[in-house]
Order: sequence, then C-alpha cells, then structure tokens
Amino acid sequence: MRILVIAENDNSSLRPATRNTLSAAARLGDELDVLVVGSGCAEVATQAASLPGVSRVRLADHAVYEHRLAENVARLVALLAPDYSHVLVPATTFGKDLLPRAAALLGVNPLTDVVEIVTADTFKRPIYAGNAIATVQCLDPVKLLSVRTTTFDPVPDSGGDARIEPVTTVFEAVHTRFVSEELARSERPELTAARIVVSGGRGVGSADNFGLIYQLADRLGAAVGASRAAVDAGYVDNDLQVGQTGKVVAPEVYFAIGISGAIQHLAGMKDSRVIVAINKDADAPIFQVADYGLVADLFSAVPELAAKL
Amino acid sequence: MKVLVTVKRAVDYSVKVRVKADNTQVDLNNVKMSINPFCEIAVEEALRLREAGVASEIVVVSIGPKQAQDQIRTALAMGADRGIWIDTGDTELNALGIARLLSRVVETEQPGLILLGKQAIDSDNNQTGQMLAALCDLPQATFASKVVVTGAQVVVTREIDGGLQTLELDLPAVITTDLRLNEPRYVKLPEIMKAKKKPLATTSPEQLGISLENTLSLLRVDPPTERSPGIRVENVEQLIEHLKHQAKVL
Repeated sequence: MRILVIAENDNSSLRPATRNTLSAAARLGDELDVLVVGSGCAEVATQAASLPGVSRVRLADHAVYEHRLAENVARLVALLAPDYSHVLVPATTFGKDLLPRAAALLGVNPLTDVVEIVTADTFKRPIYAGNAIATVQCLDPVKLLSVRTTTFDPVPDSGGDARIEPVTTVFEAVHTRFVSEELARSERPELTAARIVVSGGRGVGSADNFGLIYQLADRLGAAVGASRAAVDAGYVDNDLQVGQTGKVVAPEVYFAIGISGAIQHLAGMKDSRVIVAINKDADAPIFQVADYGLVADLFSAVPELAAKL
Repeated sequence: MKVLVTVKRAVDYSVKVRVKADNTQVDLNNVKMSINPFCEIAVEEALRLREAGVASEIVVVSIGPKQAQDQIRTALAMGADRGIWIDTGDTELNALGIARLLSRVVETEQPGLILLGKQAIDSDNNQTGQMLAALCDLPQATFASKVVVTGAQVVVTREIDGGLQTLELDLPAVITTDLRLNEPRYVKLPEIMKAKKKPLATTSPEQLGISLENTLSLLRVDPPTERSPGIRVENVEQLIEHLKHQAKVL
C-alpha cells in the first residue's frame, strides 16, 4: 500500500503535526510519500526527507501555493491521490479546510479526526463531542483521512533519507486571494504538542487576571489554553480555545482553572493523562473528570501553586 | 443578492448523549433536537447581511426526515424568507451525498453567497461546506469569524491554528461559520406564528437526480473509555505532593 501524507508547513519549517500524521500512516503501510506544498519551501522538503520511513518527498514549490489555499491545493491533491490507497493530513485547520475539498473532487467520503486505525479500511473516530466513538468502514478506492494528532505519537525528526521529486503541475487559485494573516507569537510551547497545559475559564474573570494563568504556565514551562467562555469574554485570543470545535489536547498534565467543564470543553481535553481542576464551585462538572480536584478560590490557590513549585 | 443557508437538525448542544446498549448508534429517543449551533450562526449572518442591505432574499435548506422541517421553521422564524426541505426519510447520509444534493439546489437557486455551519455537533465532520464548494467549483472560506461583502467580492477573516487569516473571494462563494462570527438572535413568539405562513418547498433526492449510494458503513458505536474517579485534595501542598509523588508528572 502506498500512502501519501500531506505535510503541514509554513514555507520555512515542517510543523510537528506532520510527524504524528506520519506515525498514523506507518500503521497502514510502508511505502510512505510526503507532499510538501508551498512557495520557497525547499528547506521543508529537506526536513520531510529526513523523517524515518519516508520513501519519497513530492515537492510542489510555486508562488501560487504560497498560502496553501484550498481552492488550488485541493486540485493538486486530487491529481496525486489516485496513485495511493490512503491520503492523510493532520486534523488541523489546514487539513480540515483542504481534505474535504479534495475528497469531493475525487468523489469520495473523507473521514475526519481519526483516532485509531483498526484495519486498512476501518477506522475509529469520535462523534458527539467525544461522547461516542464510531467505528467506520470506508469502501472508497482511495481513503482520505484527517488524523487527530494527539492520539499518534510523533515519529522522530531524523533518521530517514528520502529522495525529493518535484511536482511540476501548477494549479492557480482563480477566485481566492490571500489578504493577510495575524499569527500570535508566543515563546511558550505549542498548545497541541505541549507536555503540560494550563487553561483558564470564565472564573478567571478578566484579561488582566489571566496573568495568573500565564505565570503558572511559565513556572511549569507549559502552554496556555482557555475555555470557550474565556475566549468569548475576550480574556484571550481564539487560537487558545480548547474544546470540541477548538483545539484538542492530550498533554501529560492538564490544569483546568476556573473552568466549569462543559461537554464541549471536555471533548478537547479529556484524553489528557492527568487532569487537575481548581474551582471554587465544588459541584462543577470538571471535578468528575479530574484526577486531582482542589475546591478553592483560584486567586489565592494559583499564585500559591506557582510560588511553591 | 440571494443568500442560501443550510440548517441541520442535530441533538441540542446541552444534551449529553449515551450510546445504545446494542452499540449501533447513540440513543436519540426523547432527546431535545435543535438547529445545529453553527448553522444557527450561519442563519444569523445572512439576516445581518440583509439588514445591512447586502442580501435581498434568504433561502434556508435542510436535508433529513420530516422533523427537519422544524429547524427550517425556526430559521424562518429568525427571519429567513423561504425554505426548501429535501426529504431523505430515514436514509443514512454521508457528506458527499449531502454536498451533491446541495449542489443541485445551488444550481437551481443561483445564490450569490452560500453560508453553512463549519461542522455539526453530532457527526463532528467539518466537511460539507468544503465539499459543496468543490462540487460547484466555487471558492471557499472556512471557519469564518468576520464576513464583509464588498461589491462582487467577500472578505472573510478565518480562525486558523495560531491566529487569524483574511481571504478575499469572488462571489458566488461558500463560507462556513465559526463560533465568534456572531451571536444568534432569540426568536419571539409572533415570529414563530408568522413563520408558519412562509413558503416551504419539498423536494427529494429522486427529483434532484441524485442517488445516495454510501461508501461508508458505521460498524459500531462505543462509549469512550471512562476515566477512573479522581480524588479531592485539601490544599495546594497536597496537590503538589500528589503531582510529584503519586502521578509523578512534576
């Protein structure tokens, strides 16, 4: 079986989610190709070629692919896909934007957020905010999967020596134009790949108070997350949202601080290894999933925790 | 400009579903059903575009059993002008089939803008908008948090990993909504009464010339692995003690 993994990249570096996706792909077969799409992204292809298990990197390097717009990249994927039994992307906003469009061009049904590969045509994926796990068989000739990266350990970032081959077909985006991008710059670890995540909710009370969350996170070398309520209230930016429709995280330790624990939030963090909840409401549903629950006022408990660590 | 909005009948967001004992599906008997929250945001955005003088007519389409008409009526009560119900009875649908049905509606209605929710909170697929855009050969902007129509284009700000991206699309275009695009209005009783008189057309896959063969089969549904019950700690010292020596994570 030949499998194509579409690399997540920003033209200069390969995003870590690609390595988790490759690890899922390796369970399906041993002939693994990686597609790198971008502009001026030769360095990304070199990084991809050094991942263990990769036989070939297919490099589509052209100005029209600079922002990896779904309109034209889906065409490229649909062109290459028939050579493969499976095409995998990480279930990130990039992968989720692209894959269904390519699937429709191919006339197949994609599968979103695959968490387990049962056989070459049978997969498990969460539905209903993770309150149920569906086992789905896909009979399409080429299976298009987006992979939940937290459930597949990343392959190492070196050890491979794949050949790099250019893909020369160029598709232009006719009706879509990139205008701008505002990306949050942070020295903290990436939320979806961090070993420890400290998240704040509505209980934190204000954007200023969120400083307590950052302080604790920095003591622990942790990433910062938030509940939808905290994002909607404007305490933090939307890209920190953990939940059913935000980011899904599964760190070693997840601190839920001032978070009540709505179903939608739990969907994004309940696969964390250890969950710590700090909330003054002893009846908050978050305590039902917490390994360690502390009923306390976060405004005294969080600074104390940061100080004593 | 005509705006087409899709609405899906889905389990209400406040319901915690349970898996049936025979592991065939989740149990939706006597469970509250609503418009999928992301679809509701799409309806609201269409209404705001009409209030801003951009949209002239709002057409709502839903696919499903006869109860799906309830969600169309809710959208009409919110302010949409007319509805289209594609009657698929009890047929199990997949995203490709749904996108194909919708593409026929797009062909007939020729909307200037198509708004869909980014995902339904039951299947959590996040596929239909992208697939519809491909089938109709239209540009797409998924996960929209801001939509501004400027003449023959629409400028859309999207929520992406790491921040925000802004794209300009030529109309007609497909947009899928994210949570922060708007806050849907509450429907008042007089509007519910008025909505009963608004036109609601019925069609079917046969009439639209689409056969719904399914390449996906749901083999089984399981409850997620339960977490073992945790413990309450009395204070911060105890918490640190447990994290260090019991869980050994710090």
